[in-house]
Amino acid sequence: MSEAVMKGLAETMETFTRMVAAFVPKLLVMIIIILVGWVITIFLRALARRILLLVRFDHLSEGAGFTSLLRRANLPPPSEVVSRLIFWLVWIGFILLGVSALGFPVLEAQIARFFAYLPQLFIGLLLFVIGLVVANFASRAVLLSLVNANVPSARLLSVLTRLFVILLAAAMALEQMAVATGVVVTAFSIAFGAVMLALAIAFGLGGRDLARRILEEQFTGEPVEKEDEISPL
Amino acid sequence: MATPLPIQDQAPTVPPPAPERTGADESLLPDDLLHRLIAVGEVDLLVGIPTLNHAGTVGQVVRAVQIGFVKYFPRERTALINLDGGSTDGTPEQVRAASIDDFRPLLSAQPLRTLHRITTPYPGSPGRDGALRTLLAAADLVRAKACAVVSGDLENITPEWIDALLRPVYKESFDLIAPLYQRHKFDGLLISNLIYPMVRAIYGHRIREPLGPEFGLSGRFARALLSKERDARTLSAHGIDLTITAAAATGGYRIGQSFLGPKVHASRRDEPSLPEALRKTVGALFEQVERDAAFWPGRQGSAPLPLFGFEYAMRLEPIRINKRRMLETFRTGVRELSSLFETILSQNTRQAILQRAGMDDKAFRYPDDLWVKTVYEFAAAFHRGVLHRPHLIQALTPLYLGRACSFVLENADAGSEEVGKRIEALCLEYERQKPGLIERWNIKQ
Repeated sequence: MSEAVMKGLAETMETFTRMVAAFVPKLLVMIIIILVGWVITIFLRALARRILLLVRFDHLSEGAGFTSLLRRANLPPPSEVVSRLIFWLVWIGFILLGVSALGFPVLEAQIARFFAYLPQLFIGLLLFVIGLVVANFASRAVLLSLVNANVPSARLLSVLTRLFVILLAAAMALEQMAVATGVVVTAFSIAFGAVMLALAIAFGLGGRDLARRILEEQFTGEPVEKEDEISPL
Repeated sequence: MATPLPIQDQAPTVPPPAPERTGADESLLPDDLLHRLIAVGEVDLLVGIPTLNHAGTVGQVVRAVQIGFVKYFPRERTALINLDGGSTDGTPEQVRAASIDDFRPLLSAQPLRTLHRITTPYPGSPGRDGALRTLLAAADLVRAKACAVVSGDLENITPEWIDALLRPVYKESFDLIAPLYQRHKFDGLLISNLIYPMVRAIYGHRIREPLGPEFGLSGRFARALLSKERDARTLSAHGIDLTITAAAATGGYRIGQSFLGPKVHASRRDEPSLPEALRKTVGALFEQVERDAAFWPGRQGSAPLPLFGFEYAMRLEPIRINKRRMLETFRTGVRELSSLFETILSQNTRQAILQRAGMDDKAFRYPDDLWVKTVYEFAAAFHRGVLHRPHLIQALTPLYLGRACSFVLENADAGSEEVGKRIEALCLEYERQKPGLIERWNIKQ
C-alpha cells in the first residue's frame, strides 16, 4: 500500500518536475521576448519621435487645429501622443507574443483573435483622430466664412458643423471596430437628421431677408439697390 | 494719301531655319512665339500687355502703346507683345485690328523703324505669373534694354504712360519703375493701411504702389528675375507683382516711381471678394516677408524714391461707404473669433481690440499704433504657423474692416493732402514698431 503511494507520489513529482522543466524555458523565452520587445519599442518610440520632429508634425498639426485640441484635453503634443501610441501598440504586441510562447491553447486562441482584431482597432482609432482634425478644420472654416459675411448665427453653425463631422467620424470608427454596428448606424441616422433639420431651420431663419430680396428682384423685375463696397486694392 | 504707319504683325509663318543660340531661356517660350521673336530681332523697348477677355479695352491700350512708341521713341526699335490667357471674346483679334493711322495728324514724329506687334497665348494656366514669365523670357531673347507691363483692361491709359514707364529705365538707368496713381482718398484702403506701409517698413523703400500692375523694368533686372525664377520658381507664387518689387528692393536695384494719373480698370467690377483679396495680397506679402527674412531685420527707416511724370490732381467720383456694415462685421468678428485671436494676438492687443469693439459708432476708432501691432502680430503668427495660413488671413478680415471704418470716420472731412499726412504718420508707426515685429518673429514655437 505505502509502496503504491510512494510510487504515485514519485510519479507525480516526476511529472511535475518534467512540467516545470518544460515550462521554465518557455517562461524564460516569454521574459526574454518581453524584455527585448521593450528595448525595441523604446528604440521605435525614439525613432518615431525623431522622424515626427523632422517632418514638423507638431507644426502641421498646429495648423490643422489638432494641437489645440490636445492642449485643451490636457494631453502632450501630437508627436509625443503618436510616439507613445506606437510604443504601447508594439509593446502590447510583444507581451502577447511572449504570452503565446507559454503554449496555453486557450490563451493562444485569444491572442490570435486579438491580433486579428488589431488592424480594425487601429483603423478605427485613426478614423476618429482624422475625424477630430477635420471637424476642427471645417468648423473653423465655416466660422470664418460666416463671420466675414456678417452672418449673426456663425458660431452656432460652426458648432453644428463640428458636431456633424465628429458624429460621422465616430460612427465610421465604431463601425470599423465592429462595436454595436446596428445601434451606431441607427443612432447616427437620428443624429444626422437632427443636425440637418437644425441647419435647415438656421439657414431658413438667417436667410429669410435675403430670400425675400432675391424673390422680389426676380418677380417684380426691380433691381434692389446694392450697397457700395470699398475696393481694397 | 499718307502712307500707313509701319506696323508689322509678326504672324506665325513658315518656321525659319534653326535659331541662333542666344543664351536666353527659350524653354519658357512656345515654339511659335520663339520663331516670331527671332523674326523681330533685337529691340530697345518692349511692352507686354497681359489679357484675359479684355476685348472691350485692349484695342485702346494697344493704340496708346503704339502712339507712345511713335511719339516718344521714334528712333528706337520697339515691340509690343500681347500675352493672352485664352480669351474667348476675340481679344487677340482686337489687338491685331488696332490701328493708329487715324492719329497720324496728331503725331509730330514719324517712326523710323517698324513697330512690331505680336499677340500670343502663353503656356500654363491663365494668370499674371505665366504671362510675366513669358514676357521676361521674350525680353531676354530680344535683348530689350527696357520693358514695361500695362494691363489690357485699362480704361484711361494714355501714350504718356509709355513714356513715364520706359524713359526712366531707358534713359536714366533705373531698374524698376513702379506706378503712382491718383486715387480717391478712400480707394485702395488695404494698400494705404497695410501693404504700402508694411512694404516700406520692411524693405526701406517708399514704394506707394507695390502691387503694380503697371511697371517698367530694365533688361538687366528682367534677366536677373528670369534667372531667379529658373533657380527657385519664385515667380510662380501668388502676388507676382509684389515679388518683383521685393526682388528689386533686396537686390539693390535702382527703383523709381512714375505718376500715371487715375487708375481705372474695366475689370474692377469682377474684383475678388474682400477675404479673397486679403488672401491674395496680405498672404502674398507675409509669404514674401518670410522669404526675405535674411534681408529686412537689419534695415531701419525708409528712403524716398525719385518721382517721374507730371503730377496733377483731378476730381474723382465720390465713393459711398456703408460704415455701419463694416463696423458690424468688425464687432461680430471680435465676438466670435476670440478663441482664434488667443493663438494669434498678445493679450494686450486682444484687450485693446475688445475695448474698441464696445465703443459707440460715432466715437469708434482703431488707432494707428493698435492697427500696426495687430498687423505685425498676425505676420509673426503667420511665420510661426500657429494656424492654417488661409484661415489666419481670413481672421484678419473683420479687423481690417474695423480699421478701414475708423480711417473713413477719421478722414470724413479731410482733404487729400491731410489724408496723405495721416498715411505718412501711419507709415512712421510701422517703422517705429518694426523692432517689435522682429522680436515676435524670432520667438521660438
